[in-house]
Amino acid sequence: MSIIHKARPTQHLGKPVKRKEDPKLVTGRGLYVDDIKLPGMLYVAFLRSPYAHAKIKSIDVSKALRVPGVVAVYTGEDFRGKIGPIPTGWQLTGADLKVPEWPAVAYDKVRFIGEIVAVVVASDPYRARDALEAIEVDYEPLQAVVSVEDAIKPGAPQLHEGVPNNIAFRWRLKGGEDFEEISKKADKVIKQRMVNQRLIPSAMEPRGAVAEYNRYTGELTLWVTSQNPHVHRLLLSGVLGIPENKLRVIAPDVGGGFGSKIPVYPLEAIVARLAMDLGKPIKYVETRRENFLGTIHGRDHVEYVEAAIKNDGTVLGLRVRTLANMGAYLSTAAPGVPTILFGTMLSGPYKIRSVDVEVTGVFTNTIPVDAYRGAGRPEATYILERIMDLVARELNMDPADVRRKNLIPEAPYAAITGLTYDSGKYLEVFERALKIADYEGWRKRQSEARKEGRLIGVGIASYIEVCGLAPSRIARATGFGLGLWESAIVRVHPSGKVTVYTGASPHGQGEDIAFAQIVAEELGVSLEDVEVIHGDTALVQFGMGTYGSRTTPVGGGAIALAARRVREKARKIAAALLEAREEDVVFEAGRFYVKGVPEKAVTIQQVALASYTAEKLPPGVEPGLEATVFYDPENFTFPYGTHVCVVEIDRETGGVKILRYVAVDDAGIIVNPMLAEGQVIGGALQGIAQALYEEAIYDSSGNLLTAGFNDYMIPTAREAPKIESYFYETPSPHNPLGVKGIGETSTIASTPAVVNAVLDALAHLGVRHIDMPLLPSKIYKVLKEKEVG
Amino acid sequence: MEAFEKVRITVKVNGRLYTHEVEPRLLLVHYIRDYLGLTGTHIGCDTSNCGACTVILNGRAVKSCTLYAFMADGSEILTIEGLERDGKLHPIQEAFWENHALQCGFCTPGMIMTLYDFLQRNPKPNEDEVRRAIEGNLCRCTGYQNIVKAALWATERMRGGGGR
Repeated sequence: MSIIHKARPTQHLGKPVKRKEDPKLVTGRGLYVDDIKLPGMLYVAFLRSPYAHAKIKSIDVSKALRVPGVVAVYTGEDFRGKIGPIPTGWQLTGADLKVPEWPAVAYDKVRFIGEIVAVVVASDPYRARDALEAIEVDYEPLQAVVSVEDAIKPGAPQLHEGVPNNIAFRWRLKGGEDFEEISKKADKVIKQRMVNQRLIPSAMEPRGAVAEYNRYTGELTLWVTSQNPHVHRLLLSGVLGIPENKLRVIAPDVGGGFGSKIPVYPLEAIVARLAMDLGKPIKYVETRRENFLGTIHGRDHVEYVEAAIKNDGTVLGLRVRTLANMGAYLSTAAPGVPTILFGTMLSGPYKIRSVDVEVTGVFTNTIPVDAYRGAGRPEATYILERIMDLVARELNMDPADVRRKNLIPEAPYAAITGLTYDSGKYLEVFERALKIADYEGWRKRQSEARKEGRLIGVGIASYIEVCGLAPSRIARATGFGLGLWESAIVRVHPSGKVTVYTGASPHGQGEDIAFAQIVAEELGVSLEDVEVIHGDTALVQFGMGTYGSRTTPVGGGAIALAARRVREKARKIAAALLEAREEDVVFEAGRFYVKGVPEKAVTIQQVALASYTAEKLPPGVEPGLEATVFYDPENFTFPYGTHVCVVEIDRETGGVKILRYVAVDDAGIIVNPMLAEGQVIGGALQGIAQALYEEAIYDSSGNLLTAGFNDYMIPTAREAPKIESYFYETPSPHNPLGVKGIGETSTIASTPAVVNAVLDALAHLGVRHIDMPLLPSKIYKVLKEKEVG
Repeated sequence: MEAFEKVRITVKVNGRLYTHEVEPRLLLVHYIRDYLGLTGTHIGCDTSNCGACTVILNGRAVKSCTLYAFMADGSEILTIEGLERDGKLHPIQEAFWENHALQCGFCTPGMIMTLYDFLQRNPKPNEDEVRRAIEGNLCRCTGYQNIVKAALWATERMRGGGGR
C-alpha cells in the first residue's frame, strides 16, 4: 500500500492499524444471525414458486400439517392484512413511477421463480423442509417475459395491473447543451449498444433473521442480516404495524452485503410476524440457492449509446437510452439506482458538454434488482470508458490521448449533470497511474508481442463517482424516503475511556478501528481506549447505515464533529481546573495547558473525571462529557482515479490472463490505508469478475440457470490477479475529515479497465465490442471467426 | 413421513469426546453447529463450493457439508475453535489478523482450516501453491491477495522465523 501524495500531516489518521474485531473472527467467536439459538426456537422454511409467472388457483396444506414436527403452515391469504406490502423506499420523482403491491407471500399470482407462496414452521429446519414437499399448489401458468426488450413490446405478458407495457418509470436527465444541436457541431456520431449484465451479489453469508417477541412487554427483537438496522426498523414497523419503539433490530456480525442487505425483504417481515403470532422465537436462514432466488440481483441494463465527437478526439455529447430491468417488483432503493446514481454520472471526469439520458425501468418475471456494489455508477462509468476507447478506435488515436483531450484537469468543477465535484487533480492522477503502470512500455511490448502472434492488451479506466451518500435535501428532492445524514455519540466515561455510538453499520469493512483512529486524532486518547458500538437500535440513536461509500465520510464525519464538540466542552472544564481563561487554554495530544506553560497540564482523562465529579464546572456547563451529532453534509463526495490493466489472451483457449493491474485512487484523506487498500483489492476483483466471469442467466421461461456457485462463477484465488493500489490525497472540502469514501471505487473502475484491455488486445483483428462477461468461449469464437475471415 | 431411526455416534472434537443420537441424514456441519454449539464453522452454500464449513477430520481438511454426521463416528475433528493453544492464536490466525486477510470474516474459519491442513503437508509453499490450495474456499471481500500473503507470512512464523 502506498500513499503517493499525502495532503497533510496527521497523528493517527493514515496509519495501517490492525482491526479490533479480528481476534473474535479468526477464532470462530463471531456472532452471525445463523449462530443465534434461543430456547424453544422454531424454524421456518419457504415454499417458493417454480413458475416465473402463474396464477395461484389453490393451495392445499393439509398433508404438510401432518408432517411430524410441523407446528403451522401459512399461505399468502393468511398474511393479508397482517403483513403490509414490501415497501419501495426511493419513490423516484418526475418519472411517472408505478409501485405495484409486493406481497410478502404471494396470494393471487406469482411473478418470479423463487417468490414465496407458503410458509412452514416446524421444530427443526429439516422437518420444516420435509413439509414443503407435502404442500400442493395448483398453478395456472402464464406466459413469462424475461428480457427488457421483449417486455416493452406490444402484446408482451403484463406483470401488474395498472402498469401498462410493464413500464415502471421513465426518467430523463438533460444536462448542458442540447444533444441534437451539439451533434451538428460534431464531426461524427458513433453508436454502440452495450449490455451491462445482471449480477448476483453473493455475500458469503446468506441472509436470515431471528425474531423473539415478548407479549407482556410488546417488544419484538429482530436479529437480521442488515446494512442499515434503523432503516429496517422504521420500514418494518410500518409493514408489521408495530410501534417503532417496540421493535428492536440488531445487525450482529454481518457476513458481507455489497448492497444486498440494504433492502427490506419478505423474510424479515414473515419471521417477525410469526414470532408475534406463535409466541416462540423464530428463525430462518436462506440456503445459497435461496440466496440466488430470493435476494436482489444487480445491474442489468441494456444501453443504446450515441456519442457526438470531433476528429481531434473531443467528446462533445452523449445520448443514452437505457432499459433497466427492475425484476418483478420494486425493491427498497431500486428506482434510484439506474436513474439518480447512474444518469448524473454520465459526464464522468470529462468536459463533455451535453448529456441526454432517458432510463426506462421495466418489470420482468425475474428477481427484483437493487443496489449492488457501485449501484448505477459502474454502469455509467462502463459506458463512458467504452466510449473513450471506441473514439480512439474510430479516430486511430491512442486511448490515453483521447482521455487527455477530454479529462477535466482539476476540481472543484460544476458538472453539466448538476453536481459539483469537490476536489481533485484528475489529469495528474491519470498521468501518475499511466506512469506507475508503465503504459508506454506496455504499448511497446504489445507491438512486439503482436509480431510474435501474441495478444496483449492495455486498458484504461478513469472514473469519478458520487458517494458518501448525503446530503438530505438532494436525496429528498429525488424521492429518497429518508434523509441522508449520519449520527454519532462520542461519550467519554469518568475513567477517560471512550465509547462511540455510530449510526453507520459496517458489516466487514472494519470501520471500528477507523472510527477509533478518528477519535484518537481529535481527542488525543489511545486507540485501545475507544470502543465502537453499532448495529443495535436499542443501543444506538437513529442512523442511516452503511452503503454508498458513506460510512467514513458521513459516519466518520459525524464522529469527528462529536469528538470536536467533546473537546470544546473539555476545554471549558480544563480552563476552570487550570484557573485560566478558556481562550488561553491550548489542547495538544490529549492534554490541556495554559498557553506558554505546557508543563502545567490536565489530561483529557482528568477533565473527564472532573466533568462527572462536577464540583468545579464553570457556570452554564452541565456535568458529563459527551456529544451527540446528527451530521448532514453540505454535498456529496467525489472519489476519482485511474486504473490500468494489462492482459494477455491465450489464442488456443480464448482465456484472459491479467498481467498487471494498477489502481490509483483519490479517496481524499485516507484514515487507515490497510483498510482502504483492502477495499480497493476486493472491489477490483468484483469488478474484474463482471468483466470476465459473472452473469445471471435466465431461460425464456424465467428459470435462473445460474442459481448456485456451480453455475455462477465468482472468482477463486486462482483467478484473482495481484492488484497494485496507490492513493493520491486531495481532501474533500465537503466534510470535516476531508475523506471521500473508498468502498466502491474499484468495482466501478475495474470492469471497464479489463474490458478495454481485452478489446485492445483484439483491436488489430477488427474486433470492436463484445458484451460482458468476456468468457473464453466468446473470445475463442471471435478469434476463430477472424482467423477464418 | 416416517421419523428416521436414529444412530449413535461418538466423535472427538477439539480434544473432547461427544456422544449423540442423530438422524442418519444429519449433515456433519449441522451436527457441529447445532449439537455441539461450535458455530465458528459456517455454512455459505449448499453445493460444497464455498468451503466455509471446512474442518479437519482425522488430520485432513474436509468440507463438513459433504459428510453425514454418522460418517464421522469414531473420528477426530478439529474446528476453528480448537486452534488456539494456551490462549494464544495459532500462527495462521495471527497471520490473518496481521495481514488484513479478512473483512466480513464469514469465509475465514474455513479458509484457515484449509490452510492449516495444507501448510502441515507443505510447509514451504510458493504463492501459486497457496492459491491452488485455497481454490475450494470462496471469499467475496478480500480478492484473496491478503489471504495468500497471510499464508506465506504464517509459514515463516511456523518455521520459527520473524514472520516478515
